[in-house]
Order: sequence, then C-alpha cells, then structure tokens
Amino acid sequence: MLSKILEVYARPDFPEKLREHVVLSLVALLVAVAIAMPVALLIRNTRLGAAIAINIGNVGRAVPSLAILALALPLLGIGFASALVALTALAIPPILINASTGLREVNKDVINAARGMGLSGGQILTRIQLPIAAPVIFAGIRTSAVQTVASATLATFIGAGGLGDLIVEGLQRRGPEILLAGAISVAILAIITEVGFGALERAFTPKGLKIAQKRGS
Amino acid sequence: MSNLALLLQDVLEEPKLIDWEWIRENFWEDIVPAFQGHIFLSFVSVAIALLIALPVGVFSARFRKVYPPVTFVTGILYSIPSLALFAILISIPGVAIGPAPVIIALVAYSLLILIRNTVAGIDSVPPETIDAARGMGLTNRQILFRVELPLALPIIVAGIRIATVTIIGIATIGAYINGGGLGVLIFDGINRQFPTMIIAGAVLATAMAIVADVLLLGLERYLRPWARARRT
Repeated sequence: MLSKILEVYARPDFPEKLREHVVLSLVALLVAVAIAMPVALLIRNTRLGAAIAINIGNVGRAVPSLAILALALPLLGIGFASALVALTALAIPPILINASTGLREVNKDVINAARGMGLSGGQILTRIQLPIAAPVIFAGIRTSAVQTVASATLATFIGAGGLGDLIVEGLQRRGPEILLAGAISVAILAIITEVGFGALERAFTPKGLKIAQKRGS
Repeated sequence: MSNLALLLQDVLEEPKLIDWEWIRENFWEDIVPAFQGHIFLSFVSVAIALLIALPVGVFSARFRKVYPPVTFVTGILYSIPSLALFAILISIPGVAIGPAPVIIALVAYSLLILIRNTVAGIDSVPPETIDAARGMGLTNRQILFRVELPLALPIIVAGIRIATVTIIGIATIGAYINGGGLGVLIFDGINRQFPTMIIAGAVLATAMAIVADVLLLGLERYLRPWARARRT
C-alpha cells in the first residue's frame, strides 16, 4: 500500500495539484488579510464597528464552507477565480473578528499612558496597539489559514483543482491509494500550516508580553 | 470539463437562480429528508462526542499531565481537512461509505473543543468554593457532581455551541461519502448544474447553524444566573 501511495506522489501531475492547492490557499489568505486588516483598523475605535465585525464573524462561522464554494458555482462560474472568491470570503471573518477584538482590548491605561508621553494617534497604533494585539491578530490569521487549506480541498467540486482532485479521483476510480495519497498530503499540509503559523504567532508576540504571560500563568 | 462549462453557461443564461416550482414539487421528497438527515447526523455526533469528552475532560482537569497529550492528539484530528478525514476513514477495511464514517469524523472534530471547554469550565471554579464544599463534608465525587460540574456547565455549553455550529457545516461534506443530510442537495445541485438545489442546501444548512447557535447561546445565558443577576 505504502509503495502504491508513493507511486501516486511520483506522478507528474502531483506537483501541479500541490501547487494549485498552495497558490489557491495563499492568494485567498493574502487577499483576506488585505481586506480584513484595513477594515479592522478603521473600526477599531467605534462601538458600532465592533458589533458589525462580531456579527459578520458569527454569521461567517455559521455558513458551511461547502455552501459558499457551491454557491460560487452558479454565480461566478467554474474554475480558479470563483474558488478564490469563495475561499477569500471564508477567510475574512476569523481575521476581522480577531483583529478588531485584539485592537479593542488593548488596555486603556496603556493607551492613556502613551498619550501622556506625547505619542500621536499613529504612533499609538504602530508602537502600542499593533504590537500588543499582534498575538491575537496572528491567531486569527492562523485559524483562517488552516481553514483555507482545508476548504481548498473542496475546490475540486467546482473545477478549481488542488489536492482534492486526488481524493475525488480515488473515490470515483475506487483507487484507495490515490484517495489516501490525496488525503494524507492535504492533512500534512494543514498540520504544517497550523504549526508554521503558530511559530509566526510566537515570533510576533512582543518580549514584554511573553514575560507577562509567564508571570500570569 | 468543457462540457461542464457549456452546461454552466446555459445555467447562467437562464435568469432564474431559484426554481420555486422545483422546491414545491420536491419539498417532501428531497428537502425534508435531507433536513432531517442533517439534524440526525449533527445531533448524534455531538451527543457521542460529549459522552467521550466529558470524562476525558474531567480526567484531564484532575491529572494535569495527560492534558497536553490529549490536546495534541485532538488538535491534530481537528486540523485534518474534513474531506481528507472522510477519505481516510472509508479506506480502512470494514468501514463502508454511509453515515457511520461521517459520524466518526464529526465526533473527532468536536473532541478538541468539548474537552478544552470542559477543562476550562472546571478550572473556572474558585478554589474557595471547593474548600467550602469540602468543609461541609462533601466527598470528592459529590464535589465533582454537585459543585464543579454545575458551575462549569455554562462554559461546557459554550463548547457545545461552537462544536455544534462547526459540525452542522462539516456534515454537508459527508454527503459526498453517502452520509446523507443537506449536502445531498448541494452535491446533486453541482452535478446537475441546478442552482436551486445548491441554494436550498446552502441556505438550510446555514439557517440550521444559526438557529442552533442562538438556542445554545440562550441555554448558556440561562445557565449563568449569577451573570444575569450582576447585570440587573
């Protein structure tokens, strides 16, 4: 079985499917960050904005990923572009919700202290709010990234390729080695994403915050 | 593929996305069974997951050393994409396609959330409360069932809420391996290039998740009488 699975990985179309999967996930994630972060920054000081972000997040969580991908089919057609739009829509809520709460929950005393020291609004944002909120923001991006890699598996159903192709091919041709090869590679990709973004999250946690966390626990 | 694209073009040229006629004609035959199947899959999975997660959570809260490995294993299960997990399960000899592998996978997905919240719930009980209970002569078992678990219940229910919403979404994919549920409508809609079915499945699955979310949030609030008292 193992050698049969390895044979699938040696197939000439495997790198292509892996590449499709990674590109689809990565581009969707980047576009989602590019949309969600400015919005989070804009609404960081308004109560209404927070309520909107949380509600978008909650509704976004309730819509099944398969539903969004399948809906993209009649609305946008078949292929990479519609999968990209669907995956971006799925990736936005966790980033938006984490960035908006992370920025909001920066201790008001800290901000007042910074203001007292003469920092401008922009300086408070870049030197105080963003670094303190960074772990929460990156946690949101990590959640989104893992979810996007997982949902990109479903892109196969709307003709956008990716590693899901192998799972579907394996099921249709009753080739368990093809199916397993697809499933294992997707699972490994998801776990690498989880671990990799976890490391990124730790790297962006300011030193002072880490010390405070250690004391707190 | 080009055939599919052509078919799709036909669909797009047709202005109506929702064919109400079809919905009326197939309501009892297709839509209602899919809806019931979806409730069944989600409910059974969360129930089984709770039966596993509660004891494991209590045990992990007591014996702290087992908690990191438990979250590690369930965390890995949680991050495996659902279509991949379904595929891995049905390639195990003896596991046939159908609802069983879908339920197994949905249980696996709920474990991390439920165990984590059970432990967090028990941790949230103030040590003074437990001391007081012990002072009143309660045994360890009585403390667990009469003090710790009731006080942990709102946080456990919060976990059930997140798990249920997640599972209602993932259950749609189970239709691909004949698990039934609302995913049947979505996949049939994709295969037949018939948007009405896709929309029906997607809207109903979303509505079910939102209703479950609201109901369980209500339960969570109801179980936190002290929070309500503080607010008024």
